[in-house]
Amino acid sequence: MSAESVRAQVEQVYREDSRRILATLIRLLGDFDLAEEALHEAFFVAVERWQRDGVPDNPRTWLVSTGRFKAIDVLRRRARFIASQPMLIAQLEALEQADWSDEDVEDDRLRLIFTCCHPALAADAQVPLTLREVCDLTTEEIARAFLSAPATIAQRIVRAKAKIRDAKIPYQVPTLAELPERLDSVLRVIYLVFNEGYSASMGAELTREDLTREAIRLARLLMELLPEPEVMGLLALMLLHESRRPARTSASGELIVLDEQDRSLWDAGMIAEGCALVERALTTRRFGPYCLQAAIAASHAEAPTAAETDWLEIVGLYDVLLRAAPSPVIELNRAAAISKRDGPLAGLTLIEGILARGDLLDYHLAHAARAEFCRQLGRVDEARAAYERALELTQQVPERRFIEARIKALDRPLTLTLSPRGRGD
Amino acid sequence: MKYLCLVYSNEHELHSLPESPNDAECMAYAEAIQGSGRMVAAEALESVQTATTVRMRNGKMSITDGPFAETKEQLAGFYLIDAKDLNEAIQVAGNIPAARVGCVEVRPVRQLNPGA
Repeated sequence: MSAESVRAQVEQVYREDSRRILATLIRLLGDFDLAEEALHEAFFVAVERWQRDGVPDNPRTWLVSTGRFKAIDVLRRRARFIASQPMLIAQLEALEQADWSDEDVEDDRLRLIFTCCHPALAADAQVPLTLREVCDLTTEEIARAFLSAPATIAQRIVRAKAKIRDAKIPYQVPTLAELPERLDSVLRVIYLVFNEGYSASMGAELTREDLTREAIRLARLLMELLPEPEVMGLLALMLLHESRRPARTSASGELIVLDEQDRSLWDAGMIAEGCALVERALTTRRFGPYCLQAAIAASHAEAPTAAETDWLEIVGLYDVLLRAAPSPVIELNRAAAISKRDGPLAGLTLIEGILARGDLLDYHLAHAARAEFCRQLGRVDEARAAYERALELTQQVPERRFIEARIKALDRPLTLTLSPRGRGD
Repeated sequence: MKYLCLVYSNEHELHSLPESPNDAECMAYAEAIQGSGRMVAAEALESVQTATTVRMRNGKMSITDGPFAETKEQLAGFYLIDAKDLNEAIQVAGNIPAARVGCVEVRPVRQLNPGA
């Protein structure tokens, strides 16, 4: 076999299977760094060996096995300095091929996700660790996506790995009793990755597609391994949001709100998949906040025009959501839905209640929503003040341009558009 | 692996809230851990008002009244347990009766390395 064709095959196996192989090596070796070193050595050996002996029947098993031997070599070299290594070497040598059969491999990936999202790890380390180990993004890529220095990201990953090792965070899928809380943590990490990609918190670009893509990929993987209703709900929620991407920004990069989006640009395939997942999750009757948010997104997705949105259903879903997961942000979104059903004054009253309690005072969208309701009620000065407060609170360039445009629009003479009934005929 | 579970709580609330555990409950829990084979040692502590902090600097000992740090919550007791991994230690820590009114810090015990 030619050197190029072997190299191409090795590269293909790396692209498709390196994370699976890494997950298994971490389980066998009990050490992230050693597993990564072993993984790279195994692929290095593969290039040479497969050229000479041909590509093995099961390249994945071959690579795990080779990785294990390479790890034993590394430990032997280290054994001269560290007294406890011989025991570990003996343990590794005692492993049998059956310890890394193909059936175990998928479980290993699930173990890896749960370990990287373990709640005992610092919250700001869970996301980079997951992107590094499960998604194989480089430290530099992660740093770029989150607008931090590579050294900061690298340090968080190193600290998290040290805690996994020193506090002995086990490499396992949680038991049924632990599952709800632990799954929450995994879903939260995936949704954080998605949100960072969907609405970048700073900078000029409104979205970073690679992060949303990784988040959806992670959720699909989790769904394949653990089809729990909330996993379906999160995947559906992300697909339904992602479906609107082409309609969310104009050619010049301006933000377009849901009401004003060209719905023919929405991705019908993602909407169909998302809606089907929502239905499947809701029939289990074990749904939670992600399913409910996905159901709201599905309701928007199914409305042919903004005017045909079923606000009655959406308010009803928000009522259930608010009971399941009370939070000021959900209250704010519910207030927006209520304003669509009952008029701007109803929405404004709810928002002013939230702000009066001291919640969301620094959340730009709360002030932007308040401004919008004031504007609709003709309270121009209050609207302007609220838009200006919102502007002070956001660094994101497209959002700022959007608010600035709204402020400018306030200065235009108010044209009264009265409905036929409003004329009092 | 050994883990030290440090129980912190506001001393004034430890025994006065409706959720507060009583001594009998705490002893029963300690016995349950003993029964599962995971107990190394556990004790409740007297109030931090009884604490003395000792330092040795340049061969001179300094002794001060009070705990190492004045905080809203005080160290009220500890459990030294033997657990398979952090998940098992977290399960034991979470069920300590005082965790309902205070919190429990779980610290892995470091193996001393005689060669280092």
